[in-house]
Amino acid sequence: MSLAPVAGATASAAAPATPAYDRRPGKRRAAWRRRGLVLLLMSPWLVGFIVFVGYPLVMSAYLSFNHYDLVSSPRWIGFANYRYLFTVDQQIWPAVYNTFWMILIAVPLQVLFAFGLAVMLARARRGVGAFRTVFYLPALAPPVAATLGFVYLLNPATGPVNVLLGHLGIQGPLWFQSPEWSKPSLTLLSLWGVGTMMIIFLAAVLEVPRQLYESAALDGAGPWQRLRWVTIPSISPVILFVVVIAVIQGLQYFTQAYVAANIAQGQASQAGDTPVGLGYPEGSTLFYPVLLYEHGFRYFNMGYASAMAMLLLVVAFAITLVIVSNSKRWVHYSGVR
Amino acid sequence: MRRVGTAVVVLTALALVVAGAAASSRATPAARSASPTKISIWVGWSARELAVFKSVVDEWDKKNPNVTVDLVGSTNDDKLVAAIRGGNAPDVASSFNSYNVGTFCSSGAFIDLGPYLRKDHLSVSMFPAAPQYYTKYKGIQCALPVLADDYGLYYNKTLFKQAGITRPPRTISELTADAKKLTVRDSKGAIKVAGFDPFVGFYENTPERWITSFGGKWTDASGKSNLAGDPAWSKWLTWQKGLIDWYGYDKLVRFQAGLADEFSASNAFEAGKLAMNFDGEWRVAFIQAEHPNMSYGTAPMPVDDAHPELYGSGYINGTIIGIPKNARHKAEAWALVKYLTTNDHALAELSNGLRNVPTTKSSLTSKEIKPDAHFATFLKIFGNPKSSTSPITAIGAAYTNLVQAFVVKWQAGHVSNLQSGLANLDKQIEAQLAQAGKGNVP
Repeated sequence: MSLAPVAGATASAAAPATPAYDRRPGKRRAAWRRRGLVLLLMSPWLVGFIVFVGYPLVMSAYLSFNHYDLVSSPRWIGFANYRYLFTVDQQIWPAVYNTFWMILIAVPLQVLFAFGLAVMLARARRGVGAFRTVFYLPALAPPVAATLGFVYLLNPATGPVNVLLGHLGIQGPLWFQSPEWSKPSLTLLSLWGVGTMMIIFLAAVLEVPRQLYESAALDGAGPWQRLRWVTIPSISPVILFVVVIAVIQGLQYFTQAYVAANIAQGQASQAGDTPVGLGYPEGSTLFYPVLLYEHGFRYFNMGYASAMAMLLLVVAFAITLVIVSNSKRWVHYSGVR
Repeated sequence: MRRVGTAVVVLTALALVVAGAAASSRATPAARSASPTKISIWVGWSARELAVFKSVVDEWDKKNPNVTVDLVGSTNDDKLVAAIRGGNAPDVASSFNSYNVGTFCSSGAFIDLGPYLRKDHLSVSMFPAAPQYYTKYKGIQCALPVLADDYGLYYNKTLFKQAGITRPPRTISELTADAKKLTVRDSKGAIKVAGFDPFVGFYENTPERWITSFGGKWTDASGKSNLAGDPAWSKWLTWQKGLIDWYGYDKLVRFQAGLADEFSASNAFEAGKLAMNFDGEWRVAFIQAEHPNMSYGTAPMPVDDAHPELYGSGYINGTIIGIPKNARHKAEAWALVKYLTTNDHALAELSNGLRNVPTTKSSLTSKEIKPDAHFATFLKIFGNPKSSTSPITAIGAAYTNLVQAFVVKWQAGHVSNLQSGLANLDKQIEAQLAQAGKGNVP
């Protein structure tokens, strides 16, 4: 994963001033040629952006004002989808609650866990490669397979975790079968798979100049103070990046919830059946994107799903804006005043 | 900034043009091509069942040397709608159930088969009432039934004998008493064998399949959702929760979590962990293939004690088949659809292999159907005039999903007032119908 957005912030500070506009025709032609070349070189990205981001975004905004069943032509219905979303649909607010639960509880835990692992791995003296591999490996597991694995591990009756707890005289919880434990179970799954986040932190922690630690130690700073006053400020741009990405991923949380609900419910479906019971148990895993998917692709109500997607876009944008604007207080870019 | 504005205008215009370009299609019987044609058919069956279906399609293929059939299994409605939208729809498409017929018919995703039926002098009266109902929406016959599913009670004769029970239960109170008698627990009270599991969401237990045993209706005379107004719903739910509470909710959930996948050879009924089970007719073929020596019986589902006249009936749904609007070879597709849905020999062959219920009235008594006492129960349920199906609506399965989500909360003990919960459910269903059907907020 690239750290370009963070690095870009330092680069822009050193950018030269824009040259004054040149009125000579020869120079102007040269400037246009240059622009043409730039456009040509950018065209693969531009085409990709317009086709895969710009067009779907505009279309989604347009469809959110329509009734659209995916097959017949969209029919303009004004703000009806939005009115239904905000005033009638009783499933929306539980879905919003579930999604915010993940953002407020699972995401901070993921960031802390990944950071903690990175700090420990940075200090490891022996078997560094082996440890890094072991902690990164889960990130390579496909989400569906990883979720299936966790549903098996946390099976309340036959799962190894509850069997082990049983030997210790503890009756394990119902995990994915209980509305109280389903989101914590998904959180455990997400903590297991923080490898990518951990690698980003590890790279940042290893980049912190040694002399900063040495001078802090000379000043009498202990391990905790070095972490608090040297490591964290030094890698704060990376923390910002990781938090923003994790929050956006939290808002889009789908695959694991979809798989866990269907498998945990125990209602097997034949290949040709569409699975039922998303959100099982008791709507506790019905996250906003899961509900959006249900409306769009199972009830063929794509106009309403588009309205939901628009709201998600606005909320994701607003949250990111709040995090980034607040970050000025705690993010330090080296070399920038 | 102006350039960005221009780009947005251009993109919006492009979006509008693409959106408006979707042309509606009207079905007019097409003539068959004289040149060799290749048609495709998508079905939900897989593995053993797909092989059975293929053998029947191959028979038709041999009789139609000009046509080659490309059969694709394991599809579902999501894939089908995506293919129709993408212009890659098969010539013939089927769905395992009728929930989305409302969408397929009203959106024009499937063409109206009415003109084709009339041209060939066929009438849908050849099918029983339920399949007639669930293959059309607002007068448009956009699908036909090809094999049906109905639901009944499977009971383990060995366990019945051990418990001293001589015949399957016929009423809900008999079912409850037998379930309790057949249940085996270990020293800590954990369930080892459950007499009967009424937990909604487990295996085939869904509200729409259950409510027929209580004679419940979904709507009132004016067609409005009426779950709170029809006492059958609260009666079913009160009984269902009573039995779950007898097991202990937590204990039952733990027991279920330890059971195998429904469509595996370790299915809980086949493994002897459920003494009685609510299941579809196809289980007969699965038991035959997986546990041929199992001693079991089949019977109609027990019914509400106050409605003994319902005994013998059950819930019916089934596979539907149609022709997508952008099918390339509609005439050939119709020839295959006609064969699969109206030819008694084809239906008997499919029924024998899949042990699904054949769908024409005449095929129910076809001499080609291999006699089987277990399966005969389901043929009778299908022919019972009180057997029924669930409403076909513009929101597909959305309303049943809402009810199921409510029942899952109810059975866990998280609904304090059943009656007001049902009334709120009616409100939600009506709102969703209004929103999805017309696009207007009530």
